[in-house]
Amino acid sequence: MLALIPLFPLLGFLVNALFGRRLSKTVSGGVASAVMVASFAVSAFTVWGLAGLPVEERAIDQTVYTWIASGDFVLDLALRLDPLSAVMILVITGIGSLIHIYSTAYMHDEVDSEFARYFSYLNLFAAFMLVLVLGANFLVMFVGWEGVGLCSYLLIGFWFKKPSAIDAGKKAFVVNRIGDYAFILGMLLLFARFGTLDFQQLAAVVAGIPPEVGVFGVLSIASLLLFVGATGKSAQIPLYVWLPDAMEGPTPVSALIHAATMVTAGVYMIGRNAVLFSHAPETLMIVAVVGALTALMAATIGLVQNDMKRVLAYSTVSQLGLMFLAMGVGAFGAGIFHLYTHAFFKALLFLGSGAVIHALHGEQDIRNMGGLKKDLPITYWTFLIGALAIAGVPLLSGFFSKDELLFEAFREGHTVLWLMGAVASLMTAAYMFRLVFLTFHGERRHDAPAPVHQLEDESAAQAHDDSHGAGARPHDAPPAMAFVLIVLALGSVLAGYVGVPHALGGHNQLAAWLAPSFAAPGGVAEGLHVLSEGEAALEFTLMGVSTAIALGGIAIAVLIWLRRPQIAASMAERYPVVHRWLLNKYYVDEAYDATVVQPIRVGSERALWRGFDVRVIDGAVNGVGAIVAGSANILRLLQTGMVRTYAGSMLIGVVFILGYYLWR
Amino acid sequence: MMDTPFNAVVPMLCVVFAALAVMMAEAFRGRDEQMALGGLGIVGLVGAAVSSMLLWNRNASSFGVIVADNFGLFVTMTLVIVGVLTIMFSSVVVRRDGLPAGEYYALVLFAVVGMIMMATANDLLVIFIALEILSLAVYVLTGIRRDDPRATEAAFKYFLLGAFSSAFFLYGIAFTYGVSGSTRLDRIGAFLAAQSMSDSPLILVAIGMLLVGFAFKISAVPFHMWTPDAYEGAPAVVTGFMSTGVKAAAFAAFTRVFLSAFEPFSVDWAPMIWILAVATMILGTVVGVAQTNVKRMLAYSSIAHGGYLLVGLIAANDVGKAAILFYLLAYAVTNVAAFGVIALLGTRDAANDELRDFSGLWHGRPALAALMTVCLLSLGGLPPTAGFIGKWYIFSAAVSAGYYGLAIIGVLTSVVSVFFYLRVVVMMYMEERDPGLAAPAHVGGVGMVALVASIVVIFYLGVLPTRVLDLAAESISTIF
Amino acid sequence: MIPLSHYLIVSAILFGIGTTGVLVRRNLITILLSIEIMLNAVNLTFIAFGRQLGSVDGQIIVFFVMTVAAAEAAVGLAIVIGLFRHRESLNPDAFASLKW
Repeated sequence: MLALIPLFPLLGFLVNALFGRRLSKTVSGGVASAVMVASFAVSAFTVWGLAGLPVEERAIDQTVYTWIASGDFVLDLALRLDPLSAVMILVITGIGSLIHIYSTAYMHDEVDSEFARYFSYLNLFAAFMLVLVLGANFLVMFVGWEGVGLCSYLLIGFWFKKPSAIDAGKKAFVVNRIGDYAFILGMLLLFARFGTLDFQQLAAVVAGIPPEVGVFGVLSIASLLLFVGATGKSAQIPLYVWLPDAMEGPTPVSALIHAATMVTAGVYMIGRNAVLFSHAPETLMIVAVVGALTALMAATIGLVQNDMKRVLAYSTVSQLGLMFLAMGVGAFGAGIFHLYTHAFFKALLFLGSGAVIHALHGEQDIRNMGGLKKDLPITYWTFLIGALAIAGVPLLSGFFSKDELLFEAFREGHTVLWLMGAVASLMTAAYMFRLVFLTFHGERRHDAPAPVHQLEDESAAQAHDDSHGAGARPHDAPPAMAFVLIVLALGSVLAGYVGVPHALGGHNQLAAWLAPSFAAPGGVAEGLHVLSEGEAALEFTLMGVSTAIALGGIAIAVLIWLRRPQIAASMAERYPVVHRWLLNKYYVDEAYDATVVQPIRVGSERALWRGFDVRVIDGAVNGVGAIVAGSANILRLLQTGMVRTYAGSMLIGVVFILGYYLWR
Repeated sequence: MMDTPFNAVVPMLCVVFAALAVMMAEAFRGRDEQMALGGLGIVGLVGAAVSSMLLWNRNASSFGVIVADNFGLFVTMTLVIVGVLTIMFSSVVVRRDGLPAGEYYALVLFAVVGMIMMATANDLLVIFIALEILSLAVYVLTGIRRDDPRATEAAFKYFLLGAFSSAFFLYGIAFTYGVSGSTRLDRIGAFLAAQSMSDSPLILVAIGMLLVGFAFKISAVPFHMWTPDAYEGAPAVVTGFMSTGVKAAAFAAFTRVFLSAFEPFSVDWAPMIWILAVATMILGTVVGVAQTNVKRMLAYSSIAHGGYLLVGLIAANDVGKAAILFYLLAYAVTNVAAFGVIALLGTRDAANDELRDFSGLWHGRPALAALMTVCLLSLGGLPPTAGFIGKWYIFSAAVSAGYYGLAIIGVLTSVVSVFFYLRVVVMMYMEERDPGLAAPAHVGGVGMVALVASIVVIFYLGVLPTRVLDLAAESISTIF
Repeated sequence: MIPLSHYLIVSAILFGIGTTGVLVRRNLITILLSIEIMLNAVNLTFIAFGRQLGSVDGQIIVFFVMTVAAAEAAVGLAIVIGLFRHRESLNPDAFASLKW
């Protein structure tokens, strides 16, 4: 039964990949969406069955077959549905279905074969993502982990006629490879040390080991390596640089992969290995600090970005940072809760921005927007709901989850981290409403400076001219898109009510539901923390603070960008350094470029006086790729083509080997 | 099957007779008469496969120098698969490029004979002769397009350096013979085990020289320099054949010699192979990144794969030994298929093997592009393909044998290597077809069948590897 | 009787001469001959060891090696003729179009 869940999208992939070019758009889009809905139905059904089980038995295992067996090492291709993966599959198939439906309208301008190619990638992605979360051991998870990376890469570069899209794809790929490297090493280390890769068995073994407090032992190293893998997939410092560029992909892709699902894989992975990470408190501390720093840094960058999707991308990085902060302070339930609500409102925001971009024929620069409230009412209202939710306005989903994770951070005594999270939240509210006001309020503007060098601006500007030539008023989202926006808006409002905190008289069902997943098997699920009187009061206080922060952020946005737009300009003037610093994203890309790429490039160009093919260098990606390419270009010169050189090389080998044996 | 002294050579004889039949048929062929010479070869190879299956678990031995133990038979099966796929791809290429069919197929079959002999030989001299049988055939195959100066140059480089290295190999045999009084592996092993650890310099020189000979054939750094040139210059289908068959046969003999006869001296050779493995993995991967010719890039990739196999050889625990065999099979199928795609894309006048030639392939020939993608992903070790299981096995063997350094370097290089495999994928899917290029060639039926069959095997080994892994584990246990 | 080591030293010297020839000579035919010298050096080693061990194996092996060497020379010369047809040169350094 469980195997059906990823099999449905896989089937959709095969149909679209094999016959896609012969199918009409209606059929290929329909098939792709239908398999997702079917997968969602199966998921809902199995999760319903899961919920009917008593708490201590809440897990459904399915061994599809024995994948690898040799000697005493047996590894099953096993799927496992437990409360944690249940939440994930519902999010993936549910929001995935909606995004597929949305895409049928959004991608309608593509030719048939491209349309089918798009949906085949999207289905394949969903299949791999489901394998990732359902896998019962590291190796199965890794299959999904690599697979989603590949699909993400293909989808970022989907519009391959845009060079920037290709570059963005390459960047995503290289950065993710660095993360994967650490991830594989972490897996191998765990395997070598404990002889198993099954999450359950691993947790059982690890539970018997005392936590590595103050020492940095095997558990800490392994979990740190895994976390480095997670920073690549989930766009955390220092491997976050690819996510904003990934916005070159189609907007529904950004919504599904780069907001709701794939980028949360790192958070999920930590949740899945909660026992392991809890036994490595040093690593957890690193996780928390990295999360908080990322949240803060990305939020500040988000304040000044002018590309609609990039604002959302930095917002995603920042929210993911908050999730890691929660994981790092040991509040696994709160982190997953935020993951879950975030999936709704961030997908909504992305799809809303997609509707705006669609209406404006590819315009993404908010300086060229404004006053769209009248023309795009559905988009406006749903977008506003999403913005309120992410800002953390009370009674919407984001409020409950963000509040819970900040509360947990504070309760665990990480006041500084809490403060960083709170400031990030304040800025989140501010930049989201900056986005709302600049896009939908006021008058339509055309303030963006003529694009100079950035290709993405260029294409945007061209599309913008086209829309003028047409002279038509922007039209609101077509029915398929509007439907999805409304459903997600409802979700953004209501999703939080599964986790109403005790302080507000709720029962926080989600936390109770998830708790068994974070405990060692057989061990007592660490009883839900019952709040004392004082803590309940604290939670109330913090809730008040959160509310104040959300409203304060919105107020700032109202003040600066709605009432008196000139304030923004004058602030930019008064603090030009800060503004430029933020606008250029802390110059991180430039720093990578200056410290890694340029030296290699200059070095290899000078060194390679023979002046051969520069395509090699162009073809190599920036960053780490360039190091490899640089040394490759030097090493390949050894291959002179002269056969006597080759014989000489062999002789050196012979002398080396014999010398080693005779004179060692 | 009756037990006669000839049992163990039956698989080889099947192929020999097929090769002779091809030569005879060619001799009596009319000027323009078409003959299914490749079919004859396949019949012989299938005969070899069937007889190998019948010999399974029987531990037959002929004349004391050829042993059909499970290890040898497993490699024989791998070689048969390589041979069949090669002939299927060749059937398209031979007709298209107007190659001399009789000579071509006969040489392929004789090379396979040499490979099978090398994999089942239990005597250093027989290994040497087998090595020469396969090498001479492959030298000629490399230069079979006599009108192509690059192919001739490739054949010349390969030949010269091959002959050079075989002299070292033979010198190593001579020293081994001098020290132990025999060239039979079992006797050498017994002698050395009794001798244990009297570090006579002669035996160390012998080990070193033999190492040079094997390192050349598996193109380990620094004996690899012929590889890119020979692989680039040879016709793609021949490159596929020699990058897999020769490597598999050489590795089989390498494993047999070093893990059985010279096992008592593993303290002496393991550090040396460690160095070779690291250098091979790093150089193969790093230089591969700079290549713009797909054949040359795959040549460097196959150098790197040789390095991974060496890792398995060093980490010679139970997992590692089986991993070598599994990896050989996975690599062989994948690489033959990848070169098969390149071969099918070529035309008589243009090899079409530059990276540029793959641009937009997906738009013109989606099936071919998809099949190539699977091969490349498998070479890169991405799940759920054969390459992933192979790599996982090799590296986990290394880790559990305590070779953390090797595992770290190995994983790093394989992570980097995905970059250049993906470059081809990017070319195929994310680039427009270069307008200056001719439309990709149409691919005939047999070639396509071979491709699809290899893809099925790649996925089979990736998704349901257990059976083959069991066979590998079973067969490796027969020699150690 | 001449001790074994003398034979070994002579054959090692021969082997060295052959190796050097491959590396420094600039004529393909000479290089092929150098490889023959290397093989014959090995043959000498085999015979010396065979005699030392008191078995005929060493001499039989030499026959095998000579056969192999002959086959190798045949293929080698054929390839050299092929090369010469393309470029009218026997200098190995003239054939370096495959590189990097």
